[in-house]
Amino acid sequence: MTQDPLAFREASKKAVHDPRLKQALGRIKGHFQLARRFASSDFPDFDALRGQGAAIREHSITHLHSLLDEFEKSVTTRGGQVHWARNATEARQIVIDILKRSGARRVTKGKSMVSEEIGLNDALLAHGIVPIETDLGEYIIQLRHEPPSHIIAPAFHLNKEDVADTFRAAHSKLDPARDLSDRSALVGEARAMLRAAFEGADAGITGANFLTAREGAALIVTNEGNGDLTRLLPRTHIVVTGIEKVVPDLNAASVLLRLLTRSATGQPITSYVSVMSGPHSEEMADGPREFHVVLVDNGRTRLLGTPAQATLRCIRCAACLNHCPIYGAVGGHAYGATYPGPIGAALNPNLLGISEAHHHPNASTFCGRCAEVCPVKIPLPTIMRYWRAREYAAGLPPITYRAGLGLWAFAAKRPLLYRLGTRLASRVLKKLAKGGRIRALPMAGGWFAIRDLPEPQGKTFMEQLNSP
Amino acid sequence: MRVGFFVTCLVDTMRPSVGFSAIKLLERAGCEVIVPPTQTCCGQPAWNSGADAHCRDLARKVIDSFLEFDYVVVPSGSCAGMIRNHYPEALKDDGAYHLRALSLAKKTYELTQFLVEVARATDFSAKYNASACYHDSCSCLREMFVRDAPRQLLANVEGLELKPLKDADVCCGFGGLFSVKYPEISERMADDKLSDAKNSEASLVIGPDLGCLLHLAGRAARRGENLKFRHIAEVLANCSQASIGEGT
Repeated sequence: MTQDPLAFREASKKAVHDPRLKQALGRIKGHFQLARRFASSDFPDFDALRGQGAAIREHSITHLHSLLDEFEKSVTTRGGQVHWARNATEARQIVIDILKRSGARRVTKGKSMVSEEIGLNDALLAHGIVPIETDLGEYIIQLRHEPPSHIIAPAFHLNKEDVADTFRAAHSKLDPARDLSDRSALVGEARAMLRAAFEGADAGITGANFLTAREGAALIVTNEGNGDLTRLLPRTHIVVTGIEKVVPDLNAASVLLRLLTRSATGQPITSYVSVMSGPHSEEMADGPREFHVVLVDNGRTRLLGTPAQATLRCIRCAACLNHCPIYGAVGGHAYGATYPGPIGAALNPNLLGISEAHHHPNASTFCGRCAEVCPVKIPLPTIMRYWRAREYAAGLPPITYRAGLGLWAFAAKRPLLYRLGTRLASRVLKKLAKGGRIRALPMAGGWFAIRDLPEPQGKTFMEQLNSP
Repeated sequence: MRVGFFVTCLVDTMRPSVGFSAIKLLERAGCEVIVPPTQTCCGQPAWNSGADAHCRDLARKVIDSFLEFDYVVVPSGSCAGMIRNHYPEALKDDGAYHLRALSLAKKTYELTQFLVEVARATDFSAKYNASACYHDSCSCLREMFVRDAPRQLLANVEGLELKPLKDADVCCGFGGLFSVKYPEISERMADDKLSDAKNSEASLVIGPDLGCLLHLAGRAARRGENLKFRHIAEVLANCSQASIGEGT
């Protein structure tokens, strides 16, 4: 499945008319929105907690340099290694070099959006290394050769029938007549497949929800326990994550954890919270022999000092996706990029360039629900508007659009001229109306594609006000 | 209280009765209402398109026209939100106008908010026989923080039965130029809203923002839905004009 952010309009047209996708996306309300609502209202003062979370993240991204230095020292002291990647190419190469040095051929993976961002799986395959996704949702979409459609629920676009079809096609050695009609049968089958993968893995790759500078630890939250099996069983564990994930210490991380799980799945805490702080040592019974952390910049530092800087606060809970009416209508794949929804609209113009990702910040009504639920108070509509301003300043919107806006602004700055225009418009529209509505007008295809225009009352307000 | 009334470009061109209804309400609440003749548009289409220079020009014009009043009242949450939240942001590098923008922002109110919170008037002896639902327009709700005022006002309308609308706080899919840039997504959102309105068993949809109402009424007309649409000012002021899109 190819990713093309420029095809957003076409993809969204298809998506809104796809009944299976509509059914799958219909689960957002019960699955995520209600869960978050209950979890946040159960907490004594969730809004105050959001304020605290925002302050911690803002502090962290404005002290990135010193926190990352501290993190590197802490990890090294514990016997781990930190690697720095300026971009996706460097990040992929670092991971491949580590795996080749250790002779790894089969690699288990925990869910990691950064690994999607840098296109890690394809690069591993190209070097003869087989990555196996162990998060259930990731495992399903890996079998389907699809990118994730949601930040925390990668297979959210699928129904259980889709998953059954996928398993039948992929697990071709199993009895074709087996019953896969209920969820537990699907989970059981995936578990059996993944057990074998865990046992045979030479290395494990995970992401990180937070990095703590003082302790040199990486934290991940999971509900399936696959993260622990990925990081603990193989000889080598590699954490691949963005540099912005660093926070001062475990205390700070614990505040963010409370926000993250409640905002994401509505859980007070996930089934597993893993704190990974280095390789196997004398005091520990088990753990990896080698512990690597690959810190990826990939455009993140470029956001510092810009009006979009607050984007770096993001803790990837996906609450903004779950409450976005656009995401809820088109799903994740229509965006044609790793990060969909409002956070994608804020991140992608930086990651991919505004001319490539221009649809994402434009595909918003600025309804403001994303900012309302964001656990670290990222002003997402403000950031989307900033990208629109960058797009406009670069002269990217079509010339007809800019000329139209210019003409309108020219008139709107001249009240007398403007009055003439509105008088004319309301009269013409009134004449064209039949039965209270206008069904079509030239050069207004966007409006009339799906709706009529109600008839205006005739004389403008200003005209009526000034006539005796 | 001297109130500068900002009519908004949509009300001016499409539905003047909303403006006259609003003025009637303000006067009944004891305000002296002045309509500055130099007003045009708040500049929101430019701002949301990222055309900041155009927006700043229009913002300065609005500031010059309205700064002298005790209050500025707007029958639209999105235009009021533009003045209150975005003018200071748009003009942050324009020393003198930035201060003026901040001072204008402080005295700018959405109509129902002003009536309830400032003028303390909640009963206009209005009558309207219908079962209705109220759609919170997003800017009203999340930029102006108006939730209770319109409901309080509508509760005092004789004959009006207000039905609870599911997902009243979810966007209807208008979003200004969004509605023409991404009509298919806008269509889905409008259809969801219309279904919720029908399921509420209301025959009338009341809203605080003409943009959302024109979009919803236009979509309902296209689908042949039997629903009526009115701006809240018209309901409160016993406006006798035909409802939006009903024809004359």
